[in-house]
Amino acid sequence: MAMLKTFKIGGVHPAENKLTKDKQTEVLLPPKQAVFPLSQHIGAPAVPCVQKGDQVKVGTMIATAGGFVSANIFSSVSGKVSKIDSVLDASGYRKPAIIIDVEGDEWEESIDRSEQLVKECNLTPEEIIAKIKDAGLVGLGGACFPVHVKMMPPKDAVIDYIVINAVECEPYLTSDHRLMLEHPEEILVGLSIMMKALNVKQARVGIEITKPDAIAVMTEKAKAYSGIEVVPLKTKYPQGGEKQLIDACTGRQVPPPPAIPANVGVVVQNVGTVYSIYEAVQKNKPLFERIVTVTGKSVKNPCNLKVRMGTPIAQLVEYAGGLPEDTGKLIGGGPMMGKTLMSQDIPTVKGTSGILMLPETESVRKEERNCIRCAKCVGACPMGLEPYLLATLSENSDWEKAESDMIMSCIECGCCQSTCPSNRPLLDWVRLGKTTVGGIIRARNAKK
Amino acid sequence: MAQKLILSQSPHYHGGDSVERNMYSVVLALVPALIASFVVFGLGALIVTVTSVAACLLFEWSITKYILGRERSTVSDGSAIVTGLLLAFNLPSNLPLYIIIIGALVAIGIGKMPYGGLGNNPFNPALVGRVFLLLSFPAKMTTWPETGQLLAYTDATTAATPLALMKQAATGNADALAQLPGIVQLFIGNNGGCLGEVSVLALLIGGIFLIYRKVITWHIPVSVLGTVAVVSGIMWAVNPEMFANPLYHLFSGGVMLGAIFMATDYVTSPMTPKGQIIYGVAIGFLIVMIRLFGSYPEGTSFAILIMNAFTPLLNNWCKPKRFAE
Repeated sequence: MAMLKTFKIGGVHPAENKLTKDKQTEVLLPPKQAVFPLSQHIGAPAVPCVQKGDQVKVGTMIATAGGFVSANIFSSVSGKVSKIDSVLDASGYRKPAIIIDVEGDEWEESIDRSEQLVKECNLTPEEIIAKIKDAGLVGLGGACFPVHVKMMPPKDAVIDYIVINAVECEPYLTSDHRLMLEHPEEILVGLSIMMKALNVKQARVGIEITKPDAIAVMTEKAKAYSGIEVVPLKTKYPQGGEKQLIDACTGRQVPPPPAIPANVGVVVQNVGTVYSIYEAVQKNKPLFERIVTVTGKSVKNPCNLKVRMGTPIAQLVEYAGGLPEDTGKLIGGGPMMGKTLMSQDIPTVKGTSGILMLPETESVRKEERNCIRCAKCVGACPMGLEPYLLATLSENSDWEKAESDMIMSCIECGCCQSTCPSNRPLLDWVRLGKTTVGGIIRARNAKK
Repeated sequence: MAQKLILSQSPHYHGGDSVERNMYSVVLALVPALIASFVVFGLGALIVTVTSVAACLLFEWSITKYILGRERSTVSDGSAIVTGLLLAFNLPSNLPLYIIIIGALVAIGIGKMPYGGLGNNPFNPALVGRVFLLLSFPAKMTTWPETGQLLAYTDATTAATPLALMKQAATGNADALAQLPGIVQLFIGNNGGCLGEVSVLALLIGGIFLIYRKVITWHIPVSVLGTVAVVSGIMWAVNPEMFANPLYHLFSGGVMLGAIFMATDYVTSPMTPKGQIIYGVAIGFLIVMIRLFGSYPEGTSFAILIMNAFTPLLNNWCKPKRFAE
């Protein structure tokens, strides 16, 4: 067998724990009350376009994009707007949100709810991008970057590749895996639409070999679509990192910030996002549902759920058999990059890829020791940085040296900290450094 | 909701590596060489090793507790055992107890703890101890017992080591090289020397184990050994009468022990592959230069300590290969 492709430097192999990879996606019923935070994407918060007392349907727009880098928000339920108030969200802060009391389940008539595959798309690139923008699509891999912005790369950039992130390198999570098994054709149609909108002839779908069934079905179905190639990848975290994936699939390397993938001719989208592009363009369905993996070693019924956004996490946890007694951390996302949540009342949002209940024994960090200078963090860093050094520089507030040692290139994947034999909080320090150095850089640029 | 949830930044996963895992892996990797030393030097090797390890543990424990006043002792992390073993491995098996104890005191009390313990010492503690003894007790530290005296300790009869013969050859004694033991004898360890350095085979087994367990990488051992082979090979090609062939240099003295176990010490070696290779090449070069042209027959300890001093500079100069570079 030929050598499998992967990214070139660093990386680790965390235990996979894909407990739900063989679990068919189940549909979770709508909640009694749905909560829609206005800020669930990168960029400006959305602006409410409904008022207290308004009646809405499933798929009614309730907030409009607050700027170019922003996204519309749609109701996932039918009912009455109860209030616009601040609620606790995944960031741990109270932020403004639209709260809707659910009555029935009435959908907007424009949405095509049939299961039938719609292959044909006769829209122009401009029309496609407009539909994507109107549907409030954001990247579903976790960063929640508005999709239409990526679909309009800088004028001087020549895009010749679309790379689809179907790696799902976070342990535990299986929502992308299930989506590929259950809706491969829809993904491929969505990808073809993307290719048309960007006028790109070649696309590569990166899938790790730990998902042989997904590789098989996607490869088989892709034969009917021109220019789409499925690339089996060697398993290594963080292969789903944007830069790592482009490196693995095309051999191109995106230079340090402020460069973006478009600078090397590539646009990357997550496979779930591609599916939502299909739904938006072919089915007139805006983004208000997604697949969420609800999992954990002690969870009674770990599962993949199709969830209406705005549903409180408590309802997902309940469906999976309740919060296990031994739970130490409730995590939105996976164990490598997910955020710990402080309450089950937090609503599901566009970026919720998984809910992980981690046992307390795995949640508590071990005692920190002296750095023994083993250099394992240097070997693990997929960006070729020196985490031990960046952490120390941040600890000593040596921002100038931190910047020259490329602290801003850190992608916060957590490889360094997960390999450290002395249990040092390397990434905590590096994040502090990034925040400070980022502020210094912005202030400097503002002066110019 | 009754349950209190723990909040922290990611990652929420740890691979399970620990200081103990690495240190005890080194201890395990030293076991073949330890067994070889018992076979070759018998009782003496056992006494020296036990004394050295026990003394290192005792000094680490008492300094942590009574001088540094720390609540948590680091004595169980395994690093003092490694220092004790490596110090013993660098001593002749007929060395009196009090000298070993002084060596352990210098290694732990001067080489390691004053800087803040494991992780902060600039020089390899075991080598600091050994070189202190070499300079303080030059006669006792440079007479080695003959092999095969299994019940002897300080009363063992001594003999010239391969390195001493090589030194004689390099300084003009044309017959010396002819007296060298066969290369196979050197490889399995049936020759005089410090108690842990003699069996190349046992040390290589330990080295392969460490690389397999990902405790160390190949960069330092390969660059040290490669450089010793190349530089001594050039000298041998120039004058085979005066200089021993490269295999003799690789298989005798402390080169193998130094390259695999001493130069790879985490704390005192560079952090990036590029830095490690420069460090290894410099050590290899210095070893051969000291052996052939210095006043000591062996230069491994000095070479490693000299390069320990350059480690901070190498860390500053040699950055890892950055992404997209």
